[in-house]
Amino acid sequence: MKGNAAKVRHRGLHGIGDGDEVPLAELRPGAEATVVRVESAAAPAVARRLADLGFTPGTRVRVQRRAPLRDPVLYRVRDYEVCLRRAQAAWVRVVGVGV
Amino acid sequence: MTGGCHGGGVAAPTPTETIRVALVGSPNAGKTSVFNALTGLTAKTGNYPGVTVSRHVGTCRSGDARCTVEDLPGTYSLEPISPDEQVAVDVLDGRLDGSVRPDALLMVVEATTLRRSLGLLAQVLGRGLPTCVVLTFADELTRRQGHLDVASLATALGVPVVPVLGHRGRGVDELRDRLAGWRQWPVPVVPPPVEPTERDAWIESVLDFARYRTAQPHRATQRVDAVLLHPVWGTVVFFAVMTLFFQTIFTLAAPLQDAVESLFVLLGHLVDRHVDNPWLSGFLGDALIGGVGGVLVFVPQITLLFLLLALLEGVGYLSRAAFLMDRVMARVGLEGRAFVALLSSFACAIPGIMATRTLPSARDRLATMLAAPLMTCSARLPVYVLLISLLVDPSARWGPFGVQGLVMLGMYLLGTVSAMLTAWLFKRVVDRRGTVLPFYLELPPYRLPSARSVLIAVWDAAKSFLRKCSTIILVTTAALWLLLNLPQHSDADLQSAGVDTGNPAAVSAYVVDHSHAAGLGRLVEPVFAPLGFDWRISVGVLSAQSARETFVATLGQVAAAEDPEHPTQALRDLRYPDGPRAGQPVFTPPTVVALLVYFAYALQCMATVGVIRRETGTWKWPLVAFGYLTGLAWVLAFLARELTTLFLP
Repeated sequence: MKGNAAKVRHRGLHGIGDGDEVPLAELRPGAEATVVRVESAAAPAVARRLADLGFTPGTRVRVQRRAPLRDPVLYRVRDYEVCLRRAQAAWVRVVGVGV
Repeated sequence: MTGGCHGGGVAAPTPTETIRVALVGSPNAGKTSVFNALTGLTAKTGNYPGVTVSRHVGTCRSGDARCTVEDLPGTYSLEPISPDEQVAVDVLDGRLDGSVRPDALLMVVEATTLRRSLGLLAQVLGRGLPTCVVLTFADELTRRQGHLDVASLATALGVPVVPVLGHRGRGVDELRDRLAGWRQWPVPVVPPPVEPTERDAWIESVLDFARYRTAQPHRATQRVDAVLLHPVWGTVVFFAVMTLFFQTIFTLAAPLQDAVESLFVLLGHLVDRHVDNPWLSGFLGDALIGGVGGVLVFVPQITLLFLLLALLEGVGYLSRAAFLMDRVMARVGLEGRAFVALLSSFACAIPGIMATRTLPSARDRLATMLAAPLMTCSARLPVYVLLISLLVDPSARWGPFGVQGLVMLGMYLLGTVSAMLTAWLFKRVVDRRGTVLPFYLELPPYRLPSARSVLIAVWDAAKSFLRKCSTIILVTTAALWLLLNLPQHSDADLQSAGVDTGNPAAVSAYVVDHSHAAGLGRLVEPVFAPLGFDWRISVGVLSAQSARETFVATLGQVAAAEDPEHPTQALRDLRYPDGPRAGQPVFTPPTVVALLVYFAYALQCMATVGVIRRETGTWKWPLVAFGYLTGLAWVLAFLARELTTLFLP
């Protein structure tokens, strides 16, 4: 956890710098990013469902807020709000867009 | 069907044709509202993703044709990962046993989330069935500065598009009229791509063509969520809502309950005055009014419970609660949606167990099913109210709260914590290497539920409670009344036993004490004696095995035999007539506490056993649940009694 936090901090306010490819789960509330891919290591059912929920390459995602105990996280994607657990959001790789 | 009239011509719809239509769509798309508006039949509407898990079929007329409309479970994808999604896909493909493939589909699409919903539409159109798109919430799209050209959307999709405002009923007639002409609906020449990247390109081109402008985020929802989902305030509000939920049920229902009670007292007087036949008056007064009437007193509370639940669900707070509780549920190995299943179990374990169909993991489903019967269902409510009134003085207060309400809250907490522990234990034992299925949950904008859908939900609940009272509770109560009043005793018998035949209370006390029920109760009394239950309580516990509320009916009968005017007082004064504890009060605090704990754990509901059997497909799990819960109930009731005796001398 600690190592992660330190790694994230140098990327700026929302835990992400332009052009860096990071897991969606590492983004902080307020951050916006574009989906690059869903990791191939994800179980097929998980990958398929993430795609059907709208997490496909090129899609914009905004981190809305975290639940009180930091998990799950609420995202705004394709004009609606959906929450994912960090474990699933970790499969989605994103790049930051200028914040 | 009129057999021979198709003889070689065009297959024109015949007057007696039945068209099978299925409603497909994502959760929260307004599918159930459209279904209710189309068929006028009763089905529950709500904002919680996945509420329509049971099968809903209705009928309507379109021109000369009769249509059966099936409301399929909401789904985000036709690649199913949960049982209810599997049902939707199986119906679409005509693979579900006992159902025929639908002739045509109505695909319900929410206007404000087209960018996501068209993905599902692409999959649905790939199935090749004639499809008509039903566009909902177009008014909300406009209100949130979005735009859409419906005619162009229809052109781009290649299928008809009908805008409908389900809750206002606008567009419903047009939709209904269209059904008869399903054979003439345009079909896309080439089905849209299903591969995600190509599908995205297709979605964007369709939206471009329809001059779609995205709706602004729902401002009110964002502002309310800033508080309701806030790490601190959100948690505070969550507990405040839960506390208010239970306080309302008690404070608001109390006067209504008194009104119903006085109605039954009035009826009792009428029976006393006008019915001469002692058997008939006994049956009417003790069994019907004292027994079933004693349960009917709880109609206001149960209606209120379902009303509040329907409101919370309809507004969209239940999915927020699931979001807030997901992490806590993760501790016991479950997820946020299981929380909603468990919360529904506060009403009744049966809808709770049925709601587990939205859970993708089979082991999560089992864990939730075994936990659900421990949640304090509305059938326990009458029992708890009665027992708590025997334990705590109604005027006792602790700060601003009534102590009775607090004890009740404690019972709800006990049930909830036990349910969580059960789920945790089950997951530890069975699920050490389970595959992780994705957890996701849509938080729809806050919407005012239509009065109609809330009323339908409440009416359904009240109806099934009344049905339960008029069938299983009535039968059990009548049987018990017979057992309590047989065998008959002649005056000579009574006099030789030293009973004052001029005193009806003394006579009925003697009859009850020497009845078949007493014999039966004394037979099982040794089992329950360590818990402090006398034969009367034992009979009550046995009768509650059919349905928990029967316990109240049974004690009501016993009390009515003692003192019909003040049944609660009669119970409080009930004493052991004989045996080693003769003369001691029956309902001592330790006994009442043991009873409360026993009812908190025991699986005394045959309907729940039946539904677990149906949902799991084997007798193994209902038997496991029954044995485990009944055993646990006895042991914990014993411990509770011992502890209370220790601390309350």
